[in-house]
Amino acid sequence: MSAALDRRALELLPSGERLAAHDAAVWALRAKRDAAGRAEPDFERLREQARRIKAHSLDHLDVLLERFESRAQAAGARVHFAEDAADLQRIVLELLRAKGARRVVKSKSMLTEECGLNPHLERHGLEVVDTDLGERIVQLGDEPPSHIIMPAIHRTRGDIGALFERELGSAPGDTDPGRLTAAARRDLRARFLAADAAITGANFAVADTGTLVVVTNEGNADLGMSLAKLHIACLGIEKVIPGLGDLAVFLRLLARSATGQAISAYTSLVTGPRPGGELHVVLVDNGRTKLLADPRHRSALSCIRCGACLNTCPVFRRAGGHAYGWAVPGPIGAVLAPALTESDELRALPFASTLCGSCTAVCPVKIDLHDQLVAWRASDSPRSAGSRSLGRLASLVFASPLAYRLAGRAVRALWPLLRGAPPARAWLAARELPEHPGASFRARFRARGSQQ
Amino acid sequence: MDVALFIPCYVDQLAPQVGLATVSLLERLGCKVRFDPRQTCCGQPFVTTGARGEAERLARRHAHLFAGGDPIVCPSASCVATVRHRYADLIGERDARALAARTFELGEFIARVLNRSDVGARFPHRVALLESCHGLRELDLGWPSERTSRAPRTGITESLLRAVDGLTLCDVERRDECCGFGGAFSVDHPELSARIGVAKLAALAASGAEFVTGTDVSCLLHLDGLRRRSGAGPKPLHLAEILASPEGA
Repeated sequence: MSAALDRRALELLPSGERLAAHDAAVWALRAKRDAAGRAEPDFERLREQARRIKAHSLDHLDVLLERFESRAQAAGARVHFAEDAADLQRIVLELLRAKGARRVVKSKSMLTEECGLNPHLERHGLEVVDTDLGERIVQLGDEPPSHIIMPAIHRTRGDIGALFERELGSAPGDTDPGRLTAAARRDLRARFLAADAAITGANFAVADTGTLVVVTNEGNADLGMSLAKLHIACLGIEKVIPGLGDLAVFLRLLARSATGQAISAYTSLVTGPRPGGELHVVLVDNGRTKLLADPRHRSALSCIRCGACLNTCPVFRRAGGHAYGWAVPGPIGAVLAPALTESDELRALPFASTLCGSCTAVCPVKIDLHDQLVAWRASDSPRSAGSRSLGRLASLVFASPLAYRLAGRAVRALWPLLRGAPPARAWLAARELPEHPGASFRARFRARGSQQ
Repeated sequence: MDVALFIPCYVDQLAPQVGLATVSLLERLGCKVRFDPRQTCCGQPFVTTGARGEAERLARRHAHLFAGGDPIVCPSASCVATVRHRYADLIGERDARALAARTFELGEFIARVLNRSDVGARFPHRVALLESCHGLRELDLGWPSERTSRAPRTGITESLLRAVDGLTLCDVERRDECCGFGGAFSVDHPELSARIGVAKLAALAASGAEFVTGTDVSCLLHLDGLRRRSGAGPKPLHLAEILASPEGA
């Protein structure tokens, strides 16, 4: 039913070297996260604290949003609310046009990926340059990010060398990370200096102080918003937390969970615009209020987008992020997709999991990810009618010991023919049929009893 | 001790030898084993495919058949995890809690209820442990490698294997990474399931093990299907088969 996922996985990561490289690169992030978590004696306590702060923040989101709005405005920012993706696109375009902006530098924001902001601005004649190195790589390659913190992790050094040679004029055959980074940097530096506006995301919004918190490792967001006169920050409404004390908890968790760093290289707190500049904050709903009203799934809004659940996920590592078909891949993407997207294909993502539970175990805010995947499967899952009727038939068989025994006997008698039966066919594409099991346990147990 | 056997449908039908090994092991440990042939399926495949109505009916049926006071012992971690973690949603908190408190995975029953680690088994082979995810994370039978709290300790399944005479436990790279089976996942996403399984099989083969063992027949069948296709990798044996060996001891 979700064959598209497997097909795209094959396209992006064909078996062999490319698959192994992706798996190893992503697994390395998990290993770093494990080590960082163990090195921090408070790690488990912080996770529990973070869970509680997020639960509290979601419970009082209305109050916190109003507080953030008034404090941010008092500090000189303008706050806008966008109901959906189209609303965000419209607001940002109007803000840019009002200032006559043509060239925009952008730092990483999964929300703007979710809302398709770049293509919208480009359609209206604006030049949008992604300034995060990974984002820049996928932008030059004309593809979406494949990981929420490592956008180009599916690309090898060789890919990037060839891409930069073509797009940035780096030396032919050069795959040295240092020199390639320098080439990107030279290109980006000129664009930063020429930019009319900077668009950033935000990792947190602090209600008490009206502060935006932007976390990066490259300083690109900081440079962008310090140079341009117009700064537009786009974030989901769920990013609001009460105070700076709460922020301290998340900052100790975020980088450790994401990359295994104690803290990221740059953590900027932005309260109000730079002198002589303008700061606009766009708070986006895009399905979040609806999710907030769903008690079983609302905790998914606690996500701080660290990527730890992607890194540990055996499916993500073998599929690659593009296979999921939308901005947020991996376990958290599969949990959010049914709430935030519309298509049947995306709403079937909760089935793209082995339910191994490792995602739940690493989540820094303790979202019960794999349990939520199970719950989504039972809510209006778009599973095919064929598998539903097969399920009903099976449940009737299981409801009657006699039918069950007869079915078991039939399967045994028809064993070699199983190869052609629909569910077995998928299974047997890569596997051999097990050896014929002989008589069932119950038959043997009965026979054993009568011998004694 | 009287014990009610809970033999999952796929063990009954596809791996009857695991059921028999469970019986002989429990009897060797002094248990009186009862098997109610009306039992069929606990409902796990319906829970994981979102067929809630069917899951609920089978869960009620299972709870009804296993009413009574005896401990319920099952050689499948994922089925025990279904009873323990999914039944509350299906048959109500109170009934589910009472049933869950009496339902044990085989190794767990031996270690936590019978308080045994050495079951008198002898198995002079190199063995790798496949820590099936449900047993590992939902039944706490081992120590998940991503866990950051406190110092790791040896899990129940591993302790039982370490006590087996002659058995050498092999170290496996990424020891507790999922094998890629995932029930419906292996049918819905056959390519990805096979990719994960092939990697697992390679790690198991590299460990030098002759056999791979675990608490879930389903994961072992999945790996065995891949092994028989590729021709390489350790042979699967359920934990019960190793702990019961040598047969008739």
